[in-house]
Amino acid sequence: MSENGHLEIRNLSLCLDGRKILRDVSIDFWAGRVHALIGPNGAGKSTLASAIMGLAGYRDFEGDILLDGQSLKSQSVDERARRGMTLGWQEPARYEGLTVPAFVLAGAADKSPETVARVLHEVGLDPDRYLTRKVDKTLSGGERKRIELAAILAMEPRIVLMDEPDSGIDVEALERIFDAVKGLKQRGATVILITHSLTVLRHAEHAFLLCCGSLVDKGSIDRVAGYFENKCIPCDHHNAREVAPAGAGRP
Amino acid sequence: MTDQSIVRTLYESIGMGDAPPQAARVIVHHNRVLGTQLVPGFEVQVEEKPDGISAVVTVKEGVRIAQPVHMCFGMLPEKGLQRIELRIRMEQRSAATLLAHCTFPNAVDVTHAMDAEIVVEDGAEYSYLERHVHGPAGGVLVLPKARIRVGDDARFKTEFQLVQGRVGTIEVDYEAAVGQRSVLEMVARISGRGTDQIKISEAAHLCGEHARGVLTSYIAVRDEARCEVRNTLVACAPYARGHVDCKEIVQDNASAKAVPVVDVQHSKAHVTHEAAIGSVDTKQLETLMSRGLTEEEAVELIIQGLLT
Repeated sequence: MSENGHLEIRNLSLCLDGRKILRDVSIDFWAGRVHALIGPNGAGKSTLASAIMGLAGYRDFEGDILLDGQSLKSQSVDERARRGMTLGWQEPARYEGLTVPAFVLAGAADKSPETVARVLHEVGLDPDRYLTRKVDKTLSGGERKRIELAAILAMEPRIVLMDEPDSGIDVEALERIFDAVKGLKQRGATVILITHSLTVLRHAEHAFLLCCGSLVDKGSIDRVAGYFENKCIPCDHHNAREVAPAGAGRP
Repeated sequence: MTDQSIVRTLYESIGMGDAPPQAARVIVHHNRVLGTQLVPGFEVQVEEKPDGISAVVTVKEGVRIAQPVHMCFGMLPEKGLQRIELRIRMEQRSAATLLAHCTFPNAVDVTHAMDAEIVVEDGAEYSYLERHVHGPAGGVLVLPKARIRVGDDARFKTEFQLVQGRVGTIEVDYEAAVGQRSVLEMVARISGRGTDQIKISEAAHLCGEHARGVLTSYIAVRDEARCEVRNTLVACAPYARGHVDCKEIVQDNASAKAVPVVDVQHSKAHVTHEAAIGSVDTKQLETLMSRGLTEEEAVELIIQGLLT
């Protein structure tokens, strides 16, 4: 079976604490393309990303997730990662004492010191200033976000889920992140940008709109952006509070 | 064994091929001094005793020693007692870093007791970095005790780290009084396994105005190991600032307890504390696993970061 990076979500429904968060979601993330998964807060975007990555608490669902035709359901987080899939967290973890190079090289394809310098440079961080730093509370949220992206670049993944890539990031740094997304695409990676930002959406090639756990629209960026801008932003329902209990119909 | 081969074996056990050629040093095996090298302004008087040594170390006024002074305390036999009495005086405006390796590579039943009195006079800077190398059996009872007085405008730092082997039993007992505008930092990094027992009791009294102190413990325990950390920070002067930080990772059937005591005796002082005890943080773990590390590799890297 060829390993291209085609990710299929098939009729996925997921409950957390007795509430249905995702409802019969089916999506194709095509290999080598940049996708956006957009929706308001509480739409279920991060939940879907967590299920795709196989994180603890998100592995019990109906439906299936397939990578290049093979189900990921029985695979652990690290097994999925070793097949080339990874996730950039909305708020990256902090590690007492762990140095930036140790963090960046942890999953790197090439563990040479040159890799650290190269990927830090790619995300716009001066390697000389970060080689002795720790991935702890002395780094700002934006710095940690960029260092996490550097670690992802070092891994040379085939599928990258990026949860809210713009959160805590200033405008200049955001451009570097978008450059890195372009670089990932050029290397043939499938990128999934999880966002509620129209700015981020514009850097994708294809978009999926989630609302209250359901896929409500998909297609070109202009189409989905129009729907999101005209219907979701003015909408006064609050997803987080209004998600109906399991068994209820679509909103 | 000749003295020369004992020194070589001690140094090999701590991962150093030989004594650093230029740096000041003191090498003690059990109760014998096997080597000293002094530099101007760094004075050592050593007395050999039946079960250890007694040493008076003085760094003279205004002397700032650039290279770390190396001290090696060790015992190669499987059994025995080594008692170290240290009287350290950092005279005014002096500065030195002491790197002490305590090595017991073959220990089955060894007791290493250190009793230190440390005076850091006004304007002086003193760092004491204690690195322990133990054997795989964990047969070491380590009893480091220090009473510390830090004058005004001075800096004091101590860092205790077990870098290799099993802990055995460690009971750290440090207490310090800190003067005006001075800074104190105590750090302990220890990994326990098997039936290791770790007890840490560190206390600092921020007695002078604008005195600052941080007590930090990073501990990882697994198997049946036990750990108890009691860190006490007393602030009794205006603008004294302090923080107590304890992070303990617990795995298997191990257990850990942290008792941070924050005692503020002046309305213009401020002390904070933070303790996190338990399993490895899920987000930390899953982040590394999402880069392809197995759970075991991810835990190891997280603990390594915490303890290094």
